[in-house]
Amino acid sequence: MGALFRSEELCLVQIFLQSGSAYNCVSELGELGVVEFRDLNPHVNSFQRKFVNEVRRCEEMEKTFTFLEQQISSSLCCPVSETLSIPSPVPSAPQPRDLLAIEEESERLATELKQVSENRDSLRSQLTQLQQYRGVLIQTHSLIDSQPPPPASLDTSLLDNGPEAHLSFVAGVVHPWKVPAFERLLWRACRGYFIIEFQEMEKNPNVLETWTVFLISFWGKTIGQKVKKICDCFHANTFFYPENTEERQELQKGLQSRIEDITQVLFQTESYLQQLLCRCVSILPQWKVCVMKCKAVHSILNMCSASVTDKCLIAEAWCPVRKLLLLQSALTEGTRRSGSIVDSFYNRLPLSSSSSPPTLFTTNSFTAVFQSLVDAYGVAKYGEVNPAAYTIVTFPFLFAVMFGDVGHGLLMVIAALWMILQNKDNKNTHFKNEMWRTVLAGRYLILSMGLFSVYTGAIYNHCFSRTLSIFPSSWHLRPMNWSDDTLRGSRFLCLDPNTTGVFRGPYPLGIDPIWHLASNHLTFLNSYKMKMSIIIGVLHMTFGICISYFNYSHSQQWFHVLLVLIPELLFMLGLFGYLVFLIIYKWLAFGPGQSDRAPSILLHFINMVLFTDNKETPPLYPGQRQVQSVLMVVVLTSVPVLLLGRPIYLYYHHTRRHGQCATTEHPTITDTSSINTLLGDLEGGRREQEEQEFDAVEVFMHQAIHTMEYCLGCISNTASYLRLWALSLAHAQLSDVLWMMVMRTSLSSRGMLGSVVLAGFFSFFALLTVSILLVMEGLSASLHTLRLHWVEFQSKFYSGTGYKFSPFSFTSITNPL
Amino acid sequence: MVSHSLALPMICFTTLWGLVGVVAPFLVPKGPNRGVIVTSLILTAICCYLFWLIAILAQTNPLFGPQLKNETIWYLLYFWE
Repeated sequence: MGALFRSEELCLVQIFLQSGSAYNCVSELGELGVVEFRDLNPHVNSFQRKFVNEVRRCEEMEKTFTFLEQQISSSLCCPVSETLSIPSPVPSAPQPRDLLAIEEESERLATELKQVSENRDSLRSQLTQLQQYRGVLIQTHSLIDSQPPPPASLDTSLLDNGPEAHLSFVAGVVHPWKVPAFERLLWRACRGYFIIEFQEMEKNPNVLETWTVFLISFWGKTIGQKVKKICDCFHANTFFYPENTEERQELQKGLQSRIEDITQVLFQTESYLQQLLCRCVSILPQWKVCVMKCKAVHSILNMCSASVTDKCLIAEAWCPVRKLLLLQSALTEGTRRSGSIVDSFYNRLPLSSSSSPPTLFTTNSFTAVFQSLVDAYGVAKYGEVNPAAYTIVTFPFLFAVMFGDVGHGLLMVIAALWMILQNKDNKNTHFKNEMWRTVLAGRYLILSMGLFSVYTGAIYNHCFSRTLSIFPSSWHLRPMNWSDDTLRGSRFLCLDPNTTGVFRGPYPLGIDPIWHLASNHLTFLNSYKMKMSIIIGVLHMTFGICISYFNYSHSQQWFHVLLVLIPELLFMLGLFGYLVFLIIYKWLAFGPGQSDRAPSILLHFINMVLFTDNKETPPLYPGQRQVQSVLMVVVLTSVPVLLLGRPIYLYYHHTRRHGQCATTEHPTITDTSSINTLLGDLEGGRREQEEQEFDAVEVFMHQAIHTMEYCLGCISNTASYLRLWALSLAHAQLSDVLWMMVMRTSLSSRGMLGSVVLAGFFSFFALLTVSILLVMEGLSASLHTLRLHWVEFQSKFYSGTGYKFSPFSFTSITNPL
Repeated sequence: MVSHSLALPMICFTTLWGLVGVVAPFLVPKGPNRGVIVTSLILTAICCYLFWLIAILAQTNPLFGPQLKNETIWYLLYFWE
C-alpha cells in the first residue's frame, strides 16, 4: 500500500568504522540523517567513555560562547535579533585543527572582552565621581554667593573664643529620597550647631540618577566627626571643600580638564569594545554550529564499541532498508574526506525477537497532523497497522457529524485556506506564539473538517441555523383541507401523513425544510440522529475489528484469526449488527399506515437479550423470535470461545514444542552475531523457554481481561457513539438560539435607525458566532471525535507500544524547531 | 403538486459516490501517496453516501407529521401553493 499503512521496513546494521575516518564517516551520516544509532555501552558511566575529553572540550567552548553572547546582549549598541540566526551555508563538522583554532580564538576574544569591559566600568565610575564633585562645586558656589558675608565684628569675637569657633564645610552629594532622614538625623546629633543647605543638582543627560547637593557649615571638631560619620552612614559622597572662592574655581577648572580626558579615553574604550562585539556577532553563529556538530559526533562515537584489535570502531544502528545504498555512499564519502585508504563498511544483521525496531512513517505536511493525532495516544509497534491512514477521513467526518452547519463550515474553510496561504510564503518565522503555531500546524485538518461540515450541514439542512430549501418540501398543506375556522380555533395543528397528498415522497437531499418550522421537530430529529449515531458507531467499530485481521496476518498468527477475530465479529454483529438491521427494517417496512402499531426497537432488543417475550409487542417480521434465538445462541457461544480459545491453543502449542525439545538436544546458540548480546542473554534465552510454562496463568488472565473488556466495551462503546447525536443537537440549538435572540430582534426593527441597529447587532452576532459556535464548539467536537477514535475505534486493534525512529541528524540538533 | 420519488435521488447519489469511490481510485496517478489517496477516496465515498442514505431512509415512511402553528399554516398556504 503506501508508507502510511505500516511502518517502513527497518533493519539492524553493524557499521565498521576505521579509526582514522570514524569522525568523518559519522559526520557524513549526521548530515544525511538516515540512521539511528544504538548505545552499545549502556552500563558505562558517561565519564568513563572513550571520547569524554573531546566532549568536555566542546562543552568548555560552549560555555565561552554563552559568555560572549551575554556580553553581546548587554553591551552591543545596535541590538540584534534575540537569537542569532543559523548561518547559510551551514558549516560542516570541523576537523581537529579547525577545532583548535576555534578554541584559541574564542578564548582570546573572551579574555579581551572581559578586560575591556572591566576597564570601561572603572572609567565610568571615575567619571561619575568627577562629575559629582564638579556638580557640587558649581551648586554650592551659588549657595555661598547667596549668603550674606558675616559681619566683621562677629568674626573676630568668634575667633577669639578659641579653636572651636572655626567654621568648616562639608560638601557632598546624596540621594534625593534620603534627604529628609539625613537632615533629621543631623539635627538630632549635632543639636543644631550647623547650617545645612540642599540643592538639586542640574540633571545631566548622561547620568541616570539625580543627586542632591548639600553643604554643611558647622563649627567644632566633634561636630565635624559626627557629621562625617553620618554622611558615611547615608552613603553620601563627600568631597574636600576649599574655603575660598579662588581655590574653588581652580579646583573646578582642574576637574573640568580631567573630565574631558576621561571622556576621551572612555569613548575610545567603547569603540574598541563595539569592534570586538561586532567581530563576535559575525563569527559566533558559525562557531556554535561547528561545536554543536562536533559534540554530537563525539557523543555518537562514545556509543560505539572498540574492536579487539582497536583499529576500528563498531557501531550498531537502525536503518531503513530503502536507504542502505545512501548509507554506503556516506561511508565512502567520509573515508575519502579523511584521506584514509581503507574503506568503512556495514554489515546487515538479522532481527532478533528480543529487540523490536523503531517505527518509521514517512509523512508529508498533509498527513503529518493526522499521524501526530495517533502518536499522541501511542506510537505504533513495528509491523502494526497504522490507524492514521483511516483517521484522515474518519476524523473530519465524525467531527462534521457533530458540527453540521453549512455557514460555519464555510467559515472554517476560509480560515483554513488563509492559514495555508500564510504558511506557504514564510515558513514558521512569522508567528512566535506557541498556541498560534499549534493551530497553524493543523491547518489541513481544519480544512478537511470544514469541507465535511459543509456537506453534513447540507444534509442536516442547516446554514447559520436557517434551512436551505433547495427543493420544494415534500409535505403539502392543501390536501389537509383545513378551513379558516379550524385554523382560528386551535393553535397547533398536526399534518397527517395518512391523508393522501400530504406527504409525497422523501426529500431528496437531507432533512425536509418543513421540520424546522414545526414545533415537534425535536421528536423527529432526535429519533433520526440517535439511529444515525448507532449505525455509524457500529460500522466504525466493526471496521476497527476487521483491521485487526491485517495485524494477525502480518505476524502469521492464523489461529488467532479463528479464535479471536471470528468470535469478536460474531459478538458484535450478532448483537449490534442485528440492532442496525432492525433500525433499517423499521424504516423501510413501517409507514404511516401502520403508525399506530409500530413497535419499539428498544423493547424488542431488550426482550431478545433477556430471552423474554411480551405479548403486547407485535413482532416486526414473521419468524423474528426464531431468528433472535439463533443469534443469541451464537453470541453466547462466542464468548467462551473468545475467553478460552487462545490460551488453550498457546498452552497446547507450548507443551507440544516442549515435548519435542526434551527429546532432541538443546538448540544451538541463535545466530545473533550482534555484539550487544552478552553470554548472559544467550543463557537467558534457554531459561525463557522453560519459564513459559509458568506464563500460562498470565496468558489465561490476560485473555479473560481482554474478553471482559471487549464484551462490556461493545455495549458501552455503542452507547458512547450517542455523543454524535448529543453534540449535533447542542450545536443546532445554540445556533438557533443565537439567531432568534440576536438577529431576529434586529431584523424586525425598521427605518433608518433600524439599519444602524442592525449593523451593531450583526457585529455582536458575528463575534458570538466565531467565539462560541466556531471556536468553543469546534474544540469541543474535536475533543469528542478524538476520544471516539482513541477509545472506541483504536481499542479494537491498536496497541501503540512502539517507539519512534529518531535518526541522528544535524538538522534536528541545530534547528530544534 | 410536486412529488419526490425515492428512485431518482437513489440512482443519482449512488452513481455519484460510486464514481468517487470506485472509478476515481483507478484514475489516481502513480506516486508515493497513491495508497493514501485511494484509501481516502474510498472512505470518503462510503461515509458521505452512508450519511445521505440514512437521511433519506429515515424520511421515506414517516410515522407522524410536523406540527405547525396556525400562523405558519396561513403563511405557508399562500407562500408555497
